[in-house]
Amino acid sequence: MTQGGMDNVHFPHRHLLGIEGLSPEEISILLDRSESYVEQNRRADKTTRILHGRTVINLFFEESTRTRTSFELAAKRLGSDLINMAVATSSVKKGETLIDTAMTLNAMHPDVLVVRHPDSGAVQLLSEKVNCAVINGGDGSHEHPTQALLDALTIRRRLGRLSGLLVAICGDILHSRVARSNIHLLNTMGARVRLIAPKTLIPFEVERMGVEVFHDMAAGIKDCDIVMMLRLQQERMTGNFLPSIREYFHFFGLDYAKLANAKPDALIMHPGPMNRGVEIDTEVADDVGRSVIREQVEMGVAVRMAVLELLTDNLDRGRMPAPKAAAPAKNKPKKKRSRR
Amino acid sequence: MSPRKEKSAGRTAYVNARLLDPASRLDAMGGVLIDGEAIADFGPHLAKERVAKKRGRGLPKDSRVVDCRGKCLAPGLVDMRMEIGDLGAAVRAAVSGGVTSMVCLPNTQPVIDDMSVVEFVARRARKQGLAKVYPYGAVTKGLKGQELAELGLLAEAGAVAFTDGTRAVADAQVMWRALSYASTFGLMIVQHPEEPSLAHQGAMNAGETATRLALVGIPTEAEVIMIERDLRLAALTGGRLHIAHLSTAAGIEAMRQAKKRGLNVSCDTAPPYFALNENAVGDYRTFAKLSPPLRAEDDRKAVVEGLRDGTIDAIASDHTPRDEESKRLPFAQAAPGGIGLNTLLAVSLELYHNGHLGLLDVLRLVTSAPAGLLGLRAGRLEKGAPADLVLFDPDAAWKVDADRLIGKAKNSPFDGRPVQGRVLMTVVDGRPVYRPQA
Repeated sequence: MTQGGMDNVHFPHRHLLGIEGLSPEEISILLDRSESYVEQNRRADKTTRILHGRTVINLFFEESTRTRTSFELAAKRLGSDLINMAVATSSVKKGETLIDTAMTLNAMHPDVLVVRHPDSGAVQLLSEKVNCAVINGGDGSHEHPTQALLDALTIRRRLGRLSGLLVAICGDILHSRVARSNIHLLNTMGARVRLIAPKTLIPFEVERMGVEVFHDMAAGIKDCDIVMMLRLQQERMTGNFLPSIREYFHFFGLDYAKLANAKPDALIMHPGPMNRGVEIDTEVADDVGRSVIREQVEMGVAVRMAVLELLTDNLDRGRMPAPKAAAPAKNKPKKKRSRR
Repeated sequence: MSPRKEKSAGRTAYVNARLLDPASRLDAMGGVLIDGEAIADFGPHLAKERVAKKRGRGLPKDSRVVDCRGKCLAPGLVDMRMEIGDLGAAVRAAVSGGVTSMVCLPNTQPVIDDMSVVEFVARRARKQGLAKVYPYGAVTKGLKGQELAELGLLAEAGAVAFTDGTRAVADAQVMWRALSYASTFGLMIVQHPEEPSLAHQGAMNAGETATRLALVGIPTEAEVIMIERDLRLAALTGGRLHIAHLSTAAGIEAMRQAKKRGLNVSCDTAPPYFALNENAVGDYRTFAKLSPPLRAEDDRKAVVEGLRDGTIDAIASDHTPRDEESKRLPFAQAAPGGIGLNTLLAVSLELYHNGHLGLLDVLRLVTSAPAGLLGLRAGRLEKGAPADLVLFDPDAAWKVDADRLIGKAKNSPFDGRPVQGRVLMTVVDGRPVYRPQA
């Protein structure tokens, strides 16, 4: 069944640029599909041929180890060819514009581009210029959709649901694409989101995205099911967002004293890489009973396999995203999967 | 433990006093009963030396009694802005002026931008056993106006609010982030309202006097521009902003309008700005070189009006001790600042004697109002609170003689001024710590 095509469970988008705008059903399709890959990835033989013959290009304009590796593994386990294009070796350094790069790559007929870029909106701009599917691997502080999906998958597998949960996202919200994607996803799926950070790291009018804002860790964490810590980027120290690491950890670092305010079985999440002793105490991070940080990494590969599969599946439908009216649910039952 | 402390044991009753408590608007003949270091009871029922019968209201049998002879007994003064200089000299000057609590600027050596310094200052002040010293923390590291200091940790260590002292936080982005970050913890930022690029090399208020003396002037706009900028940043961030030592009509009007709009802001002034004007500079008198500078007469009147209508929330001494070497210089080179602890009460009482404010109103501006702004448990009569009191005669006349003022520095801008209002006794934690020499 894990090798099944998605003829009847259709994800009606050509690209995955962000979580914003996805329906609960669409998110569920992605999560359900990811679920099957979790099992596949735990087997000795992890590789299938679903994407055999396809070309996936990892186009990273920003440093990344985890996300790039995760996409690389996902693509290879589905049997596709994969090329990593790192910024340092690309012609971007020679002055080529983002759009020129996109056009050049497009001419090589890739099937999927996985793009990370330091500027918000850059991935969308690129997606408008190519014929293949584009997956946003993180654009500036804007979105990181596969991270939110893997977080959701981790939560769903642990707690059986997303709806009705109380989730605290703590740390540098202002600069975090992980936070933005998670806010969209959790809200869409019916969870309640709290943001906890010093005021300098909370974006303006973020309440209008449907979240509650706290500046006190103990109060914000109270009764939460999930405590999601964000990485604090050291370069934030220079822009007067914060006075010092010492002060940040004292007030906003997750330790057992602060965690005691959450539900007794609250899960701890972190998108990685962690700064131990900055946003999270080492003991808490390594608490096997509560920290699901390793599990998040595992879910990452499964989620990316599902996204790659569902988007390439759409390519077969004529290189066009199916218009909503033409969604194929009419005469085919949604839940059943058929073999290709 | 200080030797003075031993005297505080037991009960002491101050009776036959005109009891003044600005916070509760109490003005009546009465008394205060002190048990150890705290106020045990106070009120009109203690006016006379009358020992309590069984369960009656009066003095316990073992009380020592001090007859106040009808003079004014009020909460000790709270000075929300002073530079510490020599700590021993500062606390002696303070109690001679009836000041029992004061908040020192962070421009100490070393700067109060680290938790250890907060604790050090508080501990050294406690050892003196005189006026209590609460520190401001620095807004920026080293008062350099660039990187935020550890406001949260400093507050936990005891910093009551944050300021860069005699320097404005000049960079708008730094001030924006400072207000925003401080509001995370509900902390107050106190700004020295002067746009430094407009005050550059300025020695006194810009105007005719400066022109005649050929001194570089600081326009009043330097104040109002900074205030209006910061009011907008306070509105943007929801941060708690306090503007220190207002000196100009325009600045006061900006604060008045901001308060009308409902912005949560406050401000203070200092005695020189309602008691003196730029004419005090006279013939290059460096004791009258202050920062902000003494302004024109219209500005002085506006300060009085600001105090009268409640726009200005408090009066601070702005005590800035300077040694002779830094004042005995050509005016442009002399250091700005004047001492103010000794004369805070007497000069503030001019507002009462001149009919601008009632006696309780004047006292409120130097007791419960500043204490309230900074969240200090001081400046009001309250059972169980530390017995910090001042006994004074509001009418006794004397002449300020800088050389005879208690303390070390002599740079009073009020030197030679006849004033009314004399401190007769200052009590800290139940101990009389100051009485004027006959």
